[in-house]
Amino acid sequence: MGIVTDSRIHGRRSRAAAALIAATAAVALLGACGSSGSGGDGNPLAPAKAAAGQVVVGSNNFAESILLADIYGEALKAKGLKVSYKPNIGSRETTYGLIKNGSLTVLPEYNGALLAYLDPKAVPTSADATDSAAAAKLDPALQLLRHAAAEDKDAVVVNQGTAAKYHLTADSSIADLASAAHELVLGGSPEFQTRQQGVLGLKSVYGLDFKSFKALDAGGALSEAALKKNDVQAADLFTTDFTIAKEKFITLKDPKNLFGFQNVVPLVRKDDLPQKGVDALNAVSAKLDTTTLLDLDTKVQADKKDPLDVATEWLKSVGLS
Amino acid sequence: MSIFHFISDFFSQSAHWHGYDGIPQRLWEHIQYSMLAMAVATGVALPVGLVTGHTGRGGNALALLATAGRALPSFGLLVLLFVIIGLGLLPVMIPLVVLAIPPILVTTNEAVRSVDPAPVDAARGMGMRPLRILAQVELPVALPLILSGLRSAAIQIVSTATIAAYVSFGGLGRYIVDGLYQRDYEQVVGGATLVAGLALATLGAFWLAGRLAVSPGVRHR
Repeated sequence: MGIVTDSRIHGRRSRAAAALIAATAAVALLGACGSSGSGGDGNPLAPAKAAAGQVVVGSNNFAESILLADIYGEALKAKGLKVSYKPNIGSRETTYGLIKNGSLTVLPEYNGALLAYLDPKAVPTSADATDSAAAAKLDPALQLLRHAAAEDKDAVVVNQGTAAKYHLTADSSIADLASAAHELVLGGSPEFQTRQQGVLGLKSVYGLDFKSFKALDAGGALSEAALKKNDVQAADLFTTDFTIAKEKFITLKDPKNLFGFQNVVPLVRKDDLPQKGVDALNAVSAKLDTTTLLDLDTKVQADKKDPLDVATEWLKSVGLS
Repeated sequence: MSIFHFISDFFSQSAHWHGYDGIPQRLWEHIQYSMLAMAVATGVALPVGLVTGHTGRGGNALALLATAGRALPSFGLLVLLFVIIGLGLLPVMIPLVVLAIPPILVTTNEAVRSVDPAPVDAARGMGMRPLRILAQVELPVALPLILSGLRSAAIQIVSTATIAAYVSFGGLGRYIVDGLYQRDYEQVVGGATLVAGLALATLGAFWLAGRLAVSPGVRHR
């Protein structure tokens, strides 16, 4: 008998709780409708269009993209444009859709990765060819501006010990490793082992035959740790990885462009960006090279500085603010 | 492409059956990692479980420690240890051992503690020393439960030893990690099937060990 009463009380209580939750949700929903209604759009699910004269700078969900958005955005602000930021949005699949539908005006991109997204089969042979191939596939409302010299792409990186032993400097290329490779262990992600832009290409293009390959991660914590501890003597890292600067690793040059082109380039909506904005972005790209970007990345990711401060400081130092 | 198609494709390719990347080699590596981790975990946990169970002391502290050990994420521990220690088998072995100790420790302790006190008292009355009581009375009676602890530890190790591949080691995880990174799902499914098969074989081995080692008088099921 007692059990029955208990369950009834329990049932009543949980029903009351459910009603409370429903009421709270309803109030929240009404509030949301009210606020979007005041925006004048009517449809709360329609994409938020940038207000006229307002430049919206978006970025992907990684530190370097956020930093680049701040650099380009602050350069626009310095020319008197009204700028707002939508940082850390997501992957290219998301951000490309947003700039296409007008939610974003400017988006920092990488020409090779953008081309691979628009046309996976393309095999460009120069940075300019990459730009024009990508531009040809772009949505008609969009435009690629001038690319920067700065690149964030795969690179063969050696640690200090290896560099000292085989006399490698910042001017050395991957080809200089050819005679020593058979004594070295290479680290990289598992897919690096079976890719043309990986172990296969290193052998066919540069004639590098490593002693062995250790499957780690794609330029992440494992590869960095293994290279630092000399468990591998060379590794596939990204050119703007701040550990390269921190651990004084040497990035080998890639004169035969095995790893393609990944220049930083602003992707913009033609109609929403005035000419002085285009000029401002091109002026930034003209000053930005890989060493500079690596240095700025280090300030943000290793020294934990605010990317906006790093961006304004750099713009000031090159006379663009 | 059904999963069974992936499986039959994977196992029918002759390239998967020999060489450093062949199934026999990877299977053997996987068994080696598992045995090593199991040996260390048993070496640590079994004596401690037996002694604490026999004396009936420290059970609560053990349970606490074991629960904490179980809560450690193996994968996170692996990456952390790799970054600290560097490339080697140690960062792989520690998470596996940490994973296997709790089930062995807790079940062994519980198994010995819950042995019927009557035969233990009788043995003591006959003048047996504590070590002999433990070895000749408590251990045989507690054996079925102890084996079940060892069994669940072994199965967890076999299925988790795949993480060795994440830090460049071999074993069956190689197929899963490489397959995922290279978008070669045939390898992923094949590797997973092999791990499942090895886990079942482990189950079988423990069943057999139970049949052989447990005294017929104790085996009541």
